[in-house]
Amino acid sequence: MSEKTYQEINARIRSGKAVVVTAEEFIDIVREKGLAHAYREVDVVTTGTFAPMCSSGAFLNFGHPAPRIKMHRVWLNNVPAYTGIAAVDAYIGATELPEDDPLNSNHPGEFRYGGGHVIEDLVAGRPVRLKAVGYGTDCYPRREIETTITIHDLNEAILFNPRNAYQNYNCAVNLSNRTIYTYMGILKPNLGNAHYSTSGQLSPLLKDPHFKTIGIGTRIFLGGGIGYVAWHGTQHFPAIQTDASGKELGPAGGTLAVIGDLKQMSPRWLMGTSYLGYGATLSVGIGVPIPILNEEIARYAAATDADLYAPIVDYGEAYPNRKPGNLGYVSYAQLKSGRIVVQGKEVPTAPLSSYPRAREIAGILKEWIQKGEFFLSEPVQLLPSPADGLTGKVLKG
Amino acid sequence: MSPRKIVLRFGPEISDKPIIYRLVKDYDLVMNIVKANVNPQKEGIMVLELTGDNYEQGLKYLREQGVTVQALTHEVVRNEQRCTHCGACTAICPTGALYLDRPGMEVHFDGDSCVICQLCVKACPVRAMEVKL
Repeated sequence: MSEKTYQEINARIRSGKAVVVTAEEFIDIVREKGLAHAYREVDVVTTGTFAPMCSSGAFLNFGHPAPRIKMHRVWLNNVPAYTGIAAVDAYIGATELPEDDPLNSNHPGEFRYGGGHVIEDLVAGRPVRLKAVGYGTDCYPRREIETTITIHDLNEAILFNPRNAYQNYNCAVNLSNRTIYTYMGILKPNLGNAHYSTSGQLSPLLKDPHFKTIGIGTRIFLGGGIGYVAWHGTQHFPAIQTDASGKELGPAGGTLAVIGDLKQMSPRWLMGTSYLGYGATLSVGIGVPIPILNEEIARYAAATDADLYAPIVDYGEAYPNRKPGNLGYVSYAQLKSGRIVVQGKEVPTAPLSSYPRAREIAGILKEWIQKGEFFLSEPVQLLPSPADGLTGKVLKG
Repeated sequence: MSPRKIVLRFGPEISDKPIIYRLVKDYDLVMNIVKANVNPQKEGIMVLELTGDNYEQGLKYLREQGVTVQALTHEVVRNEQRCTHCGACTAICPTGALYLDRPGMEVHFDGDSCVICQLCVKACPVRAMEVKL
Protein backbone atom coordinates (compact mmCIF):
# COMPACT_ATOMS: atom_id res chain seq x y z
CA MET A 1 0.00 0.00 0.00
CA SER A 2 1.33 3.41 -0.94
CA GLU A 3 1.90 5.79 1.95
CA LYS A 4 2.06 9.55 2.37
CA THR A 5 4.32 11.08 5.01
CA TYR A 6 3.82 13.96 7.43
CA GLN A 7 6.68 15.76 5.68
CA GLU A 8 4.99 15.46 2.27
CA ILE A 9 1.66 16.69 3.62
CA ASN A 10 3.30 19.63 5.43
CA ALA A 11 5.20 20.55 2.24
CA ARG A 12 1.86 20.68 0.42
CA ILE A 13 0.36 22.82 3.23
CA ARG A 14 3.34 25.17 2.91
CA SER A 15 2.87 25.51 -0.85
CA GLY A 16 -0.90 25.97 -0.47
CA LYS A 17 -1.63 22.74 -2.37
CA ALA A 18 -2.82 20.51 0.45
CA VAL A 19 -6.34 19.15 0.10
CA VAL A 20 -8.02 19.57 3.47
CA VAL A 21 -11.63 18.59 4.11
CA THR A 22 -13.83 18.17 7.16
CA ALA A 23 -14.91 14.69 8.25
CA GLU A 24 -18.42 15.41 6.89
CA GLU A 25 -17.00 16.44 3.51
CA PHE A 26 -14.70 13.41 3.46
CA ILE A 27 -17.69 11.09 3.94
CA ASP A 28 -19.34 12.69 0.91
CA ILE A 29 -16.19 12.35 -1.20
CA VAL A 30 -15.83 8.66 -0.32
CA ARG A 31 -19.52 8.09 -1.08
CA GLU A 32 -19.26 9.78 -4.48
CA LYS A 33 -15.82 8.76 -5.70
CA GLY A 34 -14.81 5.74 -3.66
CA LEU A 35 -12.22 5.19 -0.96
CA ALA A 36 -9.17 4.74 -3.21
CA HIS A 37 -9.86 8.02 -4.98
CA ALA A 38 -10.59 9.83 -1.70
CA TYR A 39 -7.32 8.60 -0.19
CA ARG A 40 -5.28 9.77 -3.18
CA GLU A 41 -7.04 13.13 -3.36
CA VAL A 42 -7.25 14.16 0.30
CA ASP A 43 -4.30 14.98 2.57
CA VAL A 44 -6.00 15.92 5.85
CA VAL A 45 -9.42 15.29 7.40
CA THR A 46 -10.43 17.67 10.19
CA THR A 47 -12.65 16.64 13.10
CA GLY A 48 -14.32 18.46 15.98
CA THR A 49 -16.17 18.10 19.25
CA PHE A 50 -17.66 20.61 21.69
CA ALA A 51 -19.07 19.22 24.92
CA PRO A 52 -18.74 19.30 28.69
CA MET A 53 -15.43 17.70 29.70
CA CYS A 54 -15.11 17.52 33.48
CA SER A 55 -11.48 16.50 33.70
CA SER A 56 -10.26 19.96 32.71
CA GLY A 57 -8.46 22.76 34.47
CA ALA A 58 -5.70 25.33 34.28
CA PHE A 59 -2.33 25.88 35.92
CA LEU A 60 -1.91 29.52 36.85
CA ASN A 61 1.12 31.45 38.05
CA PHE A 62 0.12 34.71 39.73
CA GLY A 63 3.59 36.27 40.10
CA HIS A 64 4.98 37.28 43.49
CA PRO A 65 3.67 40.28 45.43
CA ALA A 66 5.95 42.38 47.67
CA PRO A 67 6.46 41.07 50.27
CA ARG A 68 6.28 37.51 48.98
CA ILE A 69 3.62 34.97 49.95
CA LYS A 70 3.55 31.17 49.90
CA MET A 71 -0.07 30.66 48.93
CA HIS A 72 -1.50 27.97 51.17
CA ARG A 73 -5.10 28.47 50.12
CA VAL A 74 -6.33 30.30 47.00
CA TRP A 75 -9.79 31.35 45.88
CA LEU A 76 -10.72 32.73 42.46
CA ASN A 77 -14.14 34.41 42.51
CA ASN A 78 -14.66 32.45 45.72
CA VAL A 79 -13.88 29.10 44.03
CA PRO A 80 -10.94 27.27 45.67
CA ALA A 81 -7.91 26.37 43.55
CA TYR A 82 -5.37 23.67 44.40
CA THR A 83 -2.15 25.11 45.81
CA GLY A 84 -0.20 22.06 46.91
CA ILE A 85 2.51 23.10 44.45
CA ALA A 86 5.00 26.00 44.45
CA ALA A 87 4.35 29.33 46.19
CA VAL A 88 2.31 31.27 43.63
CA ASP A 89 1.24 28.38 41.40
CA ALA A 90 -2.28 26.98 41.52
CA TYR A 91 -4.51 24.61 39.55
CA ILE A 92 -8.11 25.62 39.08
CA GLY A 93 -10.22 22.55 38.32
CA ALA A 94 -13.36 22.74 36.17
CA THR A 95 -15.68 21.04 38.67
CA GLU A 96 -14.53 22.93 41.80
CA LEU A 97 -17.32 24.76 43.64
CA PRO A 98 -17.46 27.71 46.05
CA GLU A 99 -17.25 26.60 49.69
CA ASP A 100 -20.60 28.27 50.42
CA ASP A 101 -22.39 26.60 47.49
CA PRO A 102 -25.56 24.86 48.74
CA LEU A 103 -24.57 21.84 46.60
CA ASN A 104 -27.40 19.31 46.57
CA SER A 105 -28.74 20.22 50.02
CA ASN A 106 -31.85 21.52 48.25
CA HIS A 107 -31.94 18.83 45.57
CA PRO A 108 -31.49 19.32 42.67
CA GLY A 109 -28.78 21.94 43.21
CA GLU A 110 -28.14 24.53 40.50
CA PHE A 111 -24.33 24.76 40.58
CA ARG A 112 -24.45 28.08 38.79
CA TYR A 113 -20.77 28.94 39.17
CA GLY A 114 -17.67 26.77 39.50
CA GLY A 115 -14.11 26.31 38.29
CA GLY A 116 -15.20 26.05 34.65
CA HIS A 117 -16.85 29.45 34.93
CA VAL A 118 -13.64 30.89 36.45
CA ILE A 119 -11.73 29.57 33.43
CA GLU A 120 -14.31 31.10 31.07
CA ASP A 121 -14.06 34.45 32.91
CA LEU A 122 -10.25 34.34 32.73
CA VAL A 123 -10.09 33.46 29.03
CA ALA A 124 -12.68 36.19 28.29
CA GLY A 125 -10.33 38.72 29.95
CA ARG A 126 -12.92 39.53 32.64
CA PRO A 127 -11.67 40.64 36.07
CA VAL A 128 -11.45 37.83 38.62
CA ARG A 129 -11.20 38.31 42.40
CA LEU A 130 -8.11 36.59 43.79
CA LYS A 131 -7.81 35.83 47.48
CA ALA A 132 -4.92 33.90 49.00
CA VAL A 133 -3.68 33.14 52.48
CA GLY A 134 -0.28 31.88 53.61
CA TYR A 135 1.09 30.75 56.95
CA GLY A 136 4.22 32.89 56.76
CA THR A 137 7.79 31.68 56.36
CA ASP A 138 11.13 33.47 56.59
CA CYS A 139 11.31 33.60 52.79
CA TYR A 140 7.56 34.14 52.21
CA PRO A 141 6.40 36.32 55.12
CA ARG A 142 3.09 37.63 53.79
CA ARG A 143 -0.04 36.04 55.29
CA GLU A 144 -2.80 37.36 53.07
CA ILE A 145 -3.56 39.04 49.77
CA GLU A 146 -6.83 40.06 48.15
CA THR A 147 -6.84 41.69 44.73
CA THR A 148 -8.40 41.69 41.28
CA ILE A 149 -6.61 40.08 38.35
CA THR A 150 -7.18 39.38 34.69
CA ILE A 151 -5.50 36.70 32.59
CA HIS A 152 -3.12 39.40 31.28
CA ASP A 153 -1.70 39.87 34.79
CA LEU A 154 -0.66 36.21 35.05
CA ASN A 155 2.81 34.97 34.16
CA GLU A 156 1.39 31.75 32.78
CA ALA A 157 -2.08 30.33 32.29
CA ILE A 158 -1.83 26.80 30.93
CA LEU A 159 -4.91 24.76 30.19
CA PHE A 160 -4.12 21.15 31.09
CA ASN A 161 -6.99 18.71 30.83
CA PRO A 162 -6.18 15.19 32.02
CA ARG A 163 -9.16 13.58 30.26
CA ASN A 164 -10.93 15.09 27.26
CA ALA A 165 -12.42 14.12 23.91
CA TYR A 166 -13.93 10.80 25.00
CA GLN A 167 -13.89 8.55 21.95
CA ASN A 168 -17.49 7.49 22.50
CA TYR A 169 -20.05 7.72 25.25
CA ASN A 170 -23.08 6.01 26.71
CA CYS A 171 -26.56 6.79 25.52
CA ALA A 172 -28.14 7.45 28.93
CA VAL A 173 -31.69 6.43 29.82
CA ASN A 174 -33.62 6.09 33.07
CA LEU A 175 -35.52 2.86 33.81
CA SER A 176 -36.47 4.01 37.32
CA ASN A 177 -39.78 5.66 38.18
CA ARG A 178 -38.33 9.01 39.31
CA THR A 179 -36.65 11.89 37.47
CA ILE A 180 -32.88 11.76 37.91
CA TYR A 181 -30.32 14.57 37.60
CA THR A 182 -27.05 13.32 36.14
CA TYR A 183 -23.97 14.45 34.25
CA MET A 184 -25.97 13.23 31.25
CA GLY A 185 -28.62 15.84 31.98
CA ILE A 186 -32.14 15.45 33.31
CA LEU A 187 -33.40 11.93 32.62
CA LYS A 188 -37.13 11.49 32.85
CA PRO A 189 -38.57 8.34 34.49
CA ASN A 190 -39.61 5.17 32.69
CA LEU A 191 -37.53 5.75 29.55
CA GLY A 192 -38.84 9.31 29.13
CA ASN A 193 -35.81 10.44 27.13
CA ALA A 194 -32.37 9.31 25.97
CA HIS A 195 -29.31 11.58 26.07
CA TYR A 196 -26.07 11.04 24.18
CA SER A 197 -22.90 13.10 24.02
CA THR A 198 -20.57 12.79 21.08
CA SER A 199 -20.43 14.46 17.68
CA GLY A 200 -20.51 11.01 16.00
CA GLN A 201 -19.01 11.12 12.52
CA LEU A 202 -17.23 14.42 13.33
CA SER A 203 -15.72 13.23 16.63
CA PRO A 204 -11.90 13.06 16.68
CA LEU A 205 -11.26 9.69 18.30
CA LEU A 206 -14.12 7.93 16.50
CA LYS A 207 -12.22 8.64 13.28
CA ASP A 208 -8.92 7.09 14.36
CA PRO A 209 -10.08 4.00 16.29
CA HIS A 210 -6.67 2.28 16.32
CA PHE A 211 -4.67 5.41 17.14
CA LYS A 212 -2.71 5.20 13.89
CA THR A 213 -2.13 8.98 13.79
CA ILE A 214 -2.95 10.53 17.19
CA GLY A 215 -0.16 10.52 19.76
CA ILE A 216 1.96 12.55 22.12
CA GLY A 217 2.69 15.88 20.49
CA THR A 218 -0.19 15.88 18.00
CA ARG A 219 -1.04 19.54 17.34
CA ILE A 220 -4.76 20.23 17.76
CA PHE A 221 -7.46 22.91 17.97
CA LEU A 222 -7.98 23.44 21.69
CA GLY A 223 -10.40 25.96 23.15
CA GLY A 224 -10.18 28.18 20.09
CA GLY A 225 -6.37 28.22 20.05
CA ILE A 226 -3.61 25.74 19.36
CA GLY A 227 -2.94 22.93 21.80
CA TYR A 228 -1.24 19.57 21.90
CA VAL A 229 -1.98 16.01 22.91
CA ALA A 230 0.14 15.60 26.04
CA TRP A 231 -0.51 11.94 26.81
CA HIS A 232 -3.35 9.49 26.66
CA GLY A 233 -6.13 10.66 28.95
CA THR A 234 -6.97 9.08 32.27
CA GLN A 235 -9.23 6.04 31.88
CA HIS A 236 -7.91 5.52 28.34
CA PHE A 237 -9.21 2.01 27.64
CA PRO A 238 -9.69 1.91 23.86
CA ALA A 239 -11.55 -1.05 22.38
CA ILE A 240 -13.65 -1.99 19.37
CA GLN A 241 -17.28 -2.67 20.31
CA THR A 242 -18.95 -5.78 18.88
CA ASP A 243 -22.47 -7.15 19.06
CA ALA A 244 -23.38 -10.74 20.00
CA SER A 245 -22.70 -11.94 16.44
CA GLY A 246 -19.25 -10.33 16.44
CA LYS A 247 -20.19 -7.45 14.10
CA GLU A 248 -18.00 -4.39 14.72
CA LEU A 249 -19.89 -1.40 16.12
CA GLY A 250 -17.10 1.19 16.11
CA PRO A 251 -14.66 2.13 18.84
CA ALA A 252 -15.10 3.29 22.43
CA GLY A 253 -12.96 4.00 25.47
CA GLY A 254 -10.10 6.19 24.21
CA THR A 255 -9.39 9.58 25.81
CA LEU A 256 -6.85 12.41 25.43
CA ALA A 257 -4.86 14.49 27.90
CA VAL A 258 -4.40 17.89 26.24
CA ILE A 259 -2.41 21.04 26.96
CA GLY A 260 -2.22 24.56 25.59
CA ASP A 261 -1.66 28.24 26.38
CA LEU A 262 -4.96 29.56 27.79
CA LYS A 263 -3.96 33.12 26.83
CA GLN A 264 -4.53 32.40 23.11
CA MET A 265 -7.86 30.63 23.61
CA SER A 266 -11.40 32.00 23.43
CA PRO A 267 -14.51 31.98 25.66
CA ARG A 268 -16.53 30.77 22.67
CA TRP A 269 -14.71 27.44 22.99
CA LEU A 270 -14.28 27.22 26.78
CA MET A 271 -17.62 27.76 28.47
CA GLY A 272 -18.56 27.39 32.11
CA THR A 273 -21.32 24.82 32.29
CA SER A 274 -23.80 23.68 34.97
CA TYR A 275 -25.70 20.43 35.28
CA LEU A 276 -28.76 20.59 37.51
CA GLY A 277 -28.35 18.28 40.50
CA TYR A 278 -24.86 17.24 39.36
CA GLY A 279 -22.34 20.05 39.36
CA ALA A 280 -20.34 22.61 37.44
CA THR A 281 -17.92 21.83 34.63
CA LEU A 282 -16.33 23.23 31.47
CA SER A 283 -17.43 22.77 27.87
CA VAL A 284 -14.32 22.39 25.72
CA GLY A 285 -13.88 22.64 21.97
CA ILE A 286 -11.35 20.23 20.47
CA GLY A 287 -10.45 19.50 16.87
CA VAL A 288 -7.89 16.97 15.71
CA PRO A 289 -6.47 16.85 12.17
CA ILE A 290 -6.11 13.35 10.77
CA PRO A 291 -3.41 12.98 8.10
CA ILE A 292 -4.62 10.55 5.45
CA LEU A 293 -1.34 8.64 5.35
CA ASN A 294 -2.74 5.45 3.82
CA GLU A 295 -5.96 3.85 2.68
CA GLU A 296 -6.61 2.14 6.00
CA ILE A 297 -6.54 5.49 7.84
CA ALA A 298 -8.81 6.89 5.11
CA ARG A 299 -11.30 4.07 5.63
CA TYR A 300 -11.53 4.75 9.37
CA ALA A 301 -11.81 8.51 8.80
CA ALA A 302 -14.73 7.86 6.43
CA ALA A 303 -16.87 6.15 9.12
CA THR A 304 -20.40 7.58 9.12
CA ASP A 305 -23.01 8.00 11.83
CA ALA A 306 -24.52 4.73 10.62
CA ASP A 307 -21.23 2.86 11.31
CA LEU A 308 -20.67 4.24 14.82
CA TYR A 309 -22.65 2.99 17.83
CA ALA A 310 -23.24 3.96 21.45
CA PRO A 311 -24.22 1.55 24.22
CA ILE A 312 -27.57 2.30 25.87
CA VAL A 313 -27.09 2.41 29.65
CA ASP A 314 -29.61 2.76 32.49
CA TYR A 315 -28.59 5.60 34.80
CA GLY A 316 -31.48 4.91 37.16
CA GLU A 317 -29.97 1.79 38.67
CA ALA A 318 -27.31 -0.02 36.62
CA TYR A 319 -24.79 2.81 36.12
CA PRO A 320 -24.70 4.20 39.69
CA ASN A 321 -24.29 0.70 41.10
CA ARG A 322 -21.64 -0.23 38.53
CA LYS A 323 -23.65 -3.16 37.20
CA PRO A 324 -22.08 -4.43 33.97
CA GLY A 325 -23.86 -4.79 30.65
CA ASN A 326 -26.14 -2.49 28.69
CA LEU A 327 -29.54 -2.31 27.03
CA GLY A 328 -28.15 -2.79 23.53
CA TYR A 329 -26.39 -0.55 21.00
CA VAL A 330 -27.75 2.25 18.88
CA SER A 331 -26.09 4.00 15.93
CA TYR A 332 -25.47 7.74 15.86
CA ALA A 333 -27.66 7.88 12.74
CA GLN A 334 -30.53 6.51 14.84
CA LEU A 335 -29.71 8.82 17.76
CA LYS A 336 -29.64 11.85 15.46
CA SER A 337 -33.02 10.91 13.94
CA GLY A 338 -34.61 12.00 17.24
CA ARG A 339 -36.15 8.66 18.25
CA ILE A 340 -34.79 5.26 19.25
CA VAL A 341 -36.49 2.11 20.51
CA VAL A 342 -35.44 0.77 23.91
CA GLN A 343 -37.11 -2.31 25.41
CA GLY A 344 -39.87 -1.98 22.81
CA LYS A 345 -40.61 1.64 23.71
CA GLU A 346 -40.03 4.62 21.41
CA VAL A 347 -37.85 7.12 23.27
CA PRO A 348 -37.04 10.72 22.19
CA THR A 349 -33.32 11.46 21.99
CA ALA A 350 -31.31 14.62 22.61
CA PRO A 351 -27.58 15.36 22.41
CA LEU A 352 -25.50 17.12 25.08
CA SER A 353 -22.64 17.63 22.62
CA SER A 354 -23.15 20.44 20.12
CA TYR A 355 -23.05 19.10 16.57
CA PRO A 356 -23.18 22.60 14.98
CA ARG A 357 -20.18 23.67 17.11
CA ALA A 358 -18.32 20.46 16.22
CA ARG A 359 -18.89 21.24 12.54
CA GLU A 360 -17.66 24.80 13.13
CA ILE A 361 -14.44 23.54 14.77
CA ALA A 362 -13.72 21.13 11.90
CA GLY A 363 -14.26 24.08 9.53
CA ILE A 364 -11.95 26.43 11.44
CA LEU A 365 -9.19 23.82 11.63
CA LYS A 366 -9.56 23.19 7.90
CA GLU A 367 -9.22 26.93 7.24
CA TRP A 368 -6.12 27.24 9.46
CA ILE A 369 -4.43 24.40 7.57
CA GLN A 370 -5.46 25.71 4.14
CA LYS A 371 -4.04 29.14 4.99
CA GLY A 372 -0.75 27.56 6.02
CA GLU A 373 -1.13 28.71 9.63
CA PHE A 374 -1.32 25.23 11.10
CA PHE A 375 1.02 22.35 10.28
CA LEU A 376 0.66 18.73 11.25
CA SER A 377 3.00 17.37 13.89
CA GLU A 378 4.19 13.79 13.77
CA PRO A 379 3.59 12.21 17.19
CA VAL A 380 6.62 11.51 19.36
CA GLN A 381 4.84 8.33 20.35
CA LEU A 382 1.41 6.97 19.39
CA LEU A 383 -1.16 6.37 22.12
CA PRO A 384 -2.09 2.89 23.35
CA SER A 385 -4.54 1.26 20.92
CA PRO A 386 -7.22 -1.43 21.31
CA ALA A 387 -4.48 -4.00 20.64
CA ASP A 388 -2.84 -3.04 23.94
CA GLY A 389 -5.89 -4.33 25.81
CA LEU A 390 -6.00 -1.69 28.55
CA THR A 391 -8.96 -2.12 30.93
CA GLY A 392 -10.29 -0.24 33.96
CA LYS A 393 -9.77 -1.29 37.56
CA VAL A 394 -12.46 -1.48 40.22
CA LEU A 395 -11.79 0.42 43.44
CA LYS A 396 -12.23 -1.95 46.36
CA GLY A 397 -13.88 -0.68 49.49
CA MET B 1 -50.16 27.14 14.07
CA SER B 2 -51.11 27.82 17.67
CA PRO B 3 -52.37 31.35 18.45
CA ARG B 4 -49.85 33.99 19.43
CA LYS B 5 -49.20 34.14 23.14
CA ILE B 6 -49.20 37.54 24.82
CA VAL B 7 -48.18 38.75 28.26
CA LEU B 8 -50.42 41.23 30.11
CA ARG B 9 -49.21 43.29 33.05
CA PHE B 10 -51.71 44.94 35.41
CA GLY B 11 -50.74 47.75 37.79
CA PRO B 12 -51.98 47.60 41.42
CA GLU B 13 -54.77 50.11 40.66
CA ILE B 14 -56.39 47.84 38.04
CA SER B 15 -55.51 44.29 39.09
CA ASP B 16 -58.82 43.89 40.96
CA LYS B 17 -60.96 45.02 37.98
CA PRO B 18 -62.89 42.48 35.84
CA ILE B 19 -60.96 43.39 32.70
CA ILE B 20 -60.71 39.85 31.35
CA TYR B 21 -64.46 39.44 31.75
CA ARG B 22 -65.05 42.50 29.53
CA LEU B 23 -62.59 41.12 26.97
CA VAL B 24 -64.74 38.00 26.60
CA LYS B 25 -68.14 39.67 26.97
CA ASP B 26 -67.67 42.84 24.90
CA TYR B 27 -65.12 41.70 22.32
CA ASP B 28 -66.15 38.03 21.97
CA LEU B 29 -62.55 36.80 22.09
CA VAL B 30 -61.55 33.18 22.69
CA MET B 31 -58.84 32.84 25.30
CA ASN B 32 -56.73 30.27 27.05
CA ILE B 33 -55.06 31.47 30.24
CA VAL B 34 -51.60 29.89 30.30
CA LYS B 35 -50.41 31.50 33.50
CA ALA B 36 -51.69 34.12 35.95
CA ASN B 37 -50.35 35.62 39.13
CA VAL B 38 -50.87 38.59 41.46
CA ASN B 39 -47.91 39.52 43.63
CA PRO B 40 -48.01 41.01 47.17
CA GLN B 41 -47.74 44.52 45.65
CA LYS B 42 -51.05 43.76 43.88
CA GLU B 43 -49.35 43.79 40.46
CA GLY B 44 -50.85 41.21 38.14
CA ILE B 45 -49.33 39.25 35.27
CA MET B 46 -51.13 36.99 32.86
CA VAL B 47 -50.06 34.95 29.86
CA LEU B 48 -52.85 34.48 27.32
CA GLU B 49 -53.53 32.78 24.05
CA LEU B 50 -56.02 35.09 22.39
CA THR B 51 -57.99 34.74 19.13
CA GLY B 52 -61.08 36.26 17.58
CA ASP B 53 -62.31 38.76 14.98
CA ASN B 54 -62.06 41.69 17.42
CA TYR B 55 -58.47 40.87 18.43
CA GLU B 56 -57.05 44.33 17.66
CA GLN B 57 -59.98 46.16 19.30
CA GLY B 58 -59.52 43.89 22.34
CA LEU B 59 -55.85 44.81 22.63
CA LYS B 60 -56.76 48.51 22.23
CA TYR B 61 -59.26 48.13 25.09
CA LEU B 62 -56.61 46.48 27.29
CA ARG B 63 -54.15 49.31 26.65
CA GLU B 64 -56.82 51.92 27.38
CA GLN B 65 -57.33 50.27 30.76
CA GLY B 66 -53.63 50.67 31.50
CA VAL B 67 -52.66 47.06 30.81
CA THR B 68 -49.21 46.58 29.28
CA VAL B 69 -49.34 44.08 26.41
CA GLN B 70 -46.28 42.31 25.00
CA ALA B 71 -45.58 39.28 22.86
CA LEU B 72 -44.46 36.25 24.90
CA THR B 73 -41.42 35.90 22.65
CA HIS B 74 -40.12 39.13 24.21
CA GLU B 75 -40.37 37.61 27.69
CA VAL B 76 -38.91 34.12 27.15
CA VAL B 77 -35.56 34.80 25.56
CA ARG B 78 -32.74 32.66 24.36
CA ASN B 79 -29.35 34.31 24.81
CA GLU B 80 -27.94 33.71 21.33
CA GLN B 81 -24.42 34.52 22.53
CA ARG B 82 -24.50 31.70 25.07
CA CYS B 83 -26.60 29.03 23.34
CA THR B 84 -24.22 26.40 21.94
CA HIS B 85 -26.96 24.47 20.14
CA CYS B 86 -26.06 21.39 22.16
CA GLY B 87 -29.65 20.18 22.33
CA ALA B 88 -29.81 19.32 26.05
CA CYS B 89 -33.11 21.22 26.37
CA THR B 90 -34.89 19.53 23.49
CA ALA B 91 -36.02 16.28 25.12
CA ILE B 92 -36.85 18.15 28.35
CA CYS B 93 -39.13 20.80 26.79
CA PRO B 94 -42.63 19.29 27.17
CA THR B 95 -44.23 21.07 24.21
CA GLY B 96 -41.51 20.89 21.58
CA ALA B 97 -41.06 24.68 21.66
CA LEU B 98 -37.33 23.98 21.80
CA TYR B 99 -36.46 21.51 19.07
CA LEU B 100 -33.61 20.34 16.87
CA ASP B 101 -33.80 21.26 13.22
CA ARG B 102 -32.51 18.17 11.39
CA PRO B 103 -30.18 17.42 9.74
CA GLY B 104 -28.32 20.62 10.67
CA MET B 105 -28.94 19.90 14.39
CA GLU B 106 -29.37 23.58 15.34
CA VAL B 107 -31.71 24.26 18.27
CA HIS B 108 -34.73 26.36 17.32
CA PHE B 109 -37.19 28.08 19.67
CA ASP B 110 -40.87 28.45 18.80
CA GLY B 111 -42.16 30.92 21.38
CA ASP B 112 -45.79 30.28 20.49
CA SER B 113 -45.56 26.67 21.63
CA CYS B 114 -43.95 27.68 24.95
CA VAL B 115 -46.08 27.22 28.09
CA ILE B 116 -43.49 28.92 30.35
CA CYS B 117 -42.90 25.85 32.48
CA GLN B 118 -39.31 27.14 32.78
CA LEU B 119 -37.77 23.65 32.76
CA CYS B 120 -35.33 24.83 30.08
CA VAL B 121 -33.98 27.58 32.34
CA LYS B 122 -32.46 25.02 34.69
CA ALA B 123 -31.86 22.27 32.12
CA CYS B 124 -29.69 24.51 29.92
CA PRO B 125 -26.07 23.69 30.78
CA VAL B 126 -24.83 27.16 29.82
CA ARG B 127 -27.86 29.03 31.22
CA ALA B 128 -28.84 30.51 27.88
CA MET B 129 -32.59 30.58 28.54
CA GLU B 130 -34.00 33.60 30.34
CA VAL B 131 -37.59 34.11 31.46
CA LYS B 132 -38.43 37.68 32.42
CA LEU B 133 -41.87 36.91 33.85
